[in-house]
Amino acid sequence: MKGLDLVTPRKWFFLGTAIIIALGLASLLIPPGLRLGIEFTSGSTMTVRFTEKEVSQAELRQALRDLDYEPIIQELGKGEFFIRLRRIDRDEKAALEKALAERLGKLEVLDFYDVSPIVARETGRNAAIAIAAAAVGILLYIAWAFRRMPRAFHAGACAVIALIHDVLIVLSVFSLLGRLLNIQVDALFITAVLAVVGYSVNNTVVIFDRLRENLGKAGRKANLAQEVNRSLVETVSRSLNTSLTTLFVMVCLLLFGGVTIKNFVLALIIGLIAGTYSSLFLATQIWLTWKEGLGLRRARAS
Amino acid sequence: MKVNPWTIGLILAIIAFSTWLVLTPSIHIGGFVREGFRLGLDIKGGSHIVLEADLSGLGPGESAEEAMRGAVEVIRRRIDAYGVAEAVIQRQPGGNRIIVQLPGVEDVEEAVKLIGQTAQLDFREPKLDENGNIIRDEEGNVKEWVPAEGIIDGKKVHLTGRFLKQRTQVVLDPTTNEPMVQFEWNKEGAKLFEQITSRLVGKPLGIFLDDQLISAPIVRSVITNRGVIEGLTLEEARLLSIQLNAGALPVPLKIIQQQDVSAILGADSLKRSLRAGIVGLALLLFFLIAYYRLPGFIAALALIFYGFLVLALFKLIPVTLTLAGIAGFIVSLGMAVDANVLIFERMKEELRTGRTLRAAIETGFSRAWTAIRDSNLTTFIACAVLYWFGSRLGAAPVMGFAVTLFLGVAVSMFTAIIVTRNLLRLALATPLGKRREWFKI
Repeated sequence: MKGLDLVTPRKWFFLGTAIIIALGLASLLIPPGLRLGIEFTSGSTMTVRFTEKEVSQAELRQALRDLDYEPIIQELGKGEFFIRLRRIDRDEKAALEKALAERLGKLEVLDFYDVSPIVARETGRNAAIAIAAAAVGILLYIAWAFRRMPRAFHAGACAVIALIHDVLIVLSVFSLLGRLLNIQVDALFITAVLAVVGYSVNNTVVIFDRLRENLGKAGRKANLAQEVNRSLVETVSRSLNTSLTTLFVMVCLLLFGGVTIKNFVLALIIGLIAGTYSSLFLATQIWLTWKEGLGLRRARAS
Repeated sequence: MKVNPWTIGLILAIIAFSTWLVLTPSIHIGGFVREGFRLGLDIKGGSHIVLEADLSGLGPGESAEEAMRGAVEVIRRRIDAYGVAEAVIQRQPGGNRIIVQLPGVEDVEEAVKLIGQTAQLDFREPKLDENGNIIRDEEGNVKEWVPAEGIIDGKKVHLTGRFLKQRTQVVLDPTTNEPMVQFEWNKEGAKLFEQITSRLVGKPLGIFLDDQLISAPIVRSVITNRGVIEGLTLEEARLLSIQLNAGALPVPLKIIQQQDVSAILGADSLKRSLRAGIVGLALLLFFLIAYYRLPGFIAALALIFYGFLVLALFKLIPVTLTLAGIAGFIVSLGMAVDANVLIFERMKEELRTGRTLRAAIETGFSRAWTAIRDSNLTTFIACAVLYWFGSRLGAAPVMGFAVTLFLGVAVSMFTAIIVTRNLLRLALATPLGKRREWFKI
């Protein structure tokens, strides 16, 4: 794409991103930052579908309150609800089913999930370990992938910044969704985040790889900004296409796929978009600004 | 670079084999049986239950290992007697947890009650006061029970369910048609029972299940071998007889996690996910051909073959497909195109620098290969971590996603490099290949 300049307007990219990240962090830090699902906090959930009468979310909430429950309800579709309660055992579940049927007409229990505090604590711990392990693995990989770059540390750090940006974006969106729609974060969400991490580093590494090649070709007299832009322009077609192809299928899954994995696919999609954005508009631009800043300092010092 | 006919032949053979494997519904060859794909509980419908054993009550001579193995055995017997097809019972290695999977059980509540209950049967007699009368409370019920014991070989032995023969069954009382659980004693049990019943003629005998009194019939005469327990519903009687035959659990179990998925939801989700996958795939193919023309068409072919190859692997290994796993497969379809896009973009550049078509293809592939390999490495790292995470959780969806994504990406590397390259070389050999326009500069 001739004439595409992704380097000069980078101030705006940084500004835009900073605003979004700030908003996201705000949402994450003000409790409840993320609505944690029962896999992390223990409890029971049920997905029910009312087949006889039309039931509204308000009616369902009232009925459950009358039965002495404090429910969190998410409406999934016509007469279909996801209910989260304190822990109940099977006898209680059967009784609840009967009581709801008496009040609101026939219903089907599509699924039932019950997690004890022991398991919830373990899941939390395992999630933390998984994230830490993935982080270490990715960092090692970045160190290895950038071994041939001049000043590999800077490039690696920029890749890591892009990565953190991607994860924060996904977390922020789900923090907002949690507030607005009661969408909960479960083990599959962690899965999506890790998958995003794996995928997003790809793109960034490819671009930096191209940058290395171009810097090598340009030699000492390299105009950094020019080379960065050249590298970006040369790889933009590839970056966009690969992201688009994966995005196609994921959007299809989101729109037409089953309701059980909707949140999971949504997390993947957001991660993918954030990852593409950070690779094209942030990673190398940050590197450039950093490099220039160092160059200025050196010039002033000498 | 000439096209190697052996390579083409091998590729075709693999593709043919994969297609056959995927499309044939039922395969029985020698010991190798595949009836369709293995589906996870979230698609088939069923229950996943995690039980934790309370090992605190173990005596000094009893090992945890034996107790756990015993518990698994008891559960297995109960499930077999109840009749659940394809139930899976696994013990967490070295730990005190048992995972039970019951696919498609109609009345899950009953099945779970069957498994989780310790079902320790024991017999007790009423406590007597100094005059030998039964101490009763205000309502006239026996106030206190003491364990019913007899003497065998000079030692006092408490009569419990472990002396039962595995002959417990449910019978109907001939006169009242009420269900009864009929049990039979082994040699020692019979001796004990004889001693106890002779002591208790005219008095109630307390029958306790897990420390709950379930029946207290008045002993009419001395009984030795057989006995009945009355006062239960048919369902209760059936469950109890299964439990008595399977034996009591050596240690009490508690449910720490359970998940039921109804078959309706599962089937619905599967249908929708497949539909989404097909639409997505169609869009992909359309995009490939529209944007990259002839190479795109070749990539589309390679993609379809790739799809069949991965599905064949899923059937072969076999991989348990969950909804997340299917999502992983569909995502890997998108990523498989990735590799092809990389190659084509590289080819475009080589062509722009003026190389011949043939040279462009070859250099395109070798340059792109390092990029493909490196970029897939991060996905492999993520998959490895995810697989570990999923296995710690016992969460099939997480593991399923990790496996399908890993396999998908690995196979995509194969198809992109080997299949696409050879098809392109093949295309070069045809008249179409001479025309650069088809290759989109």
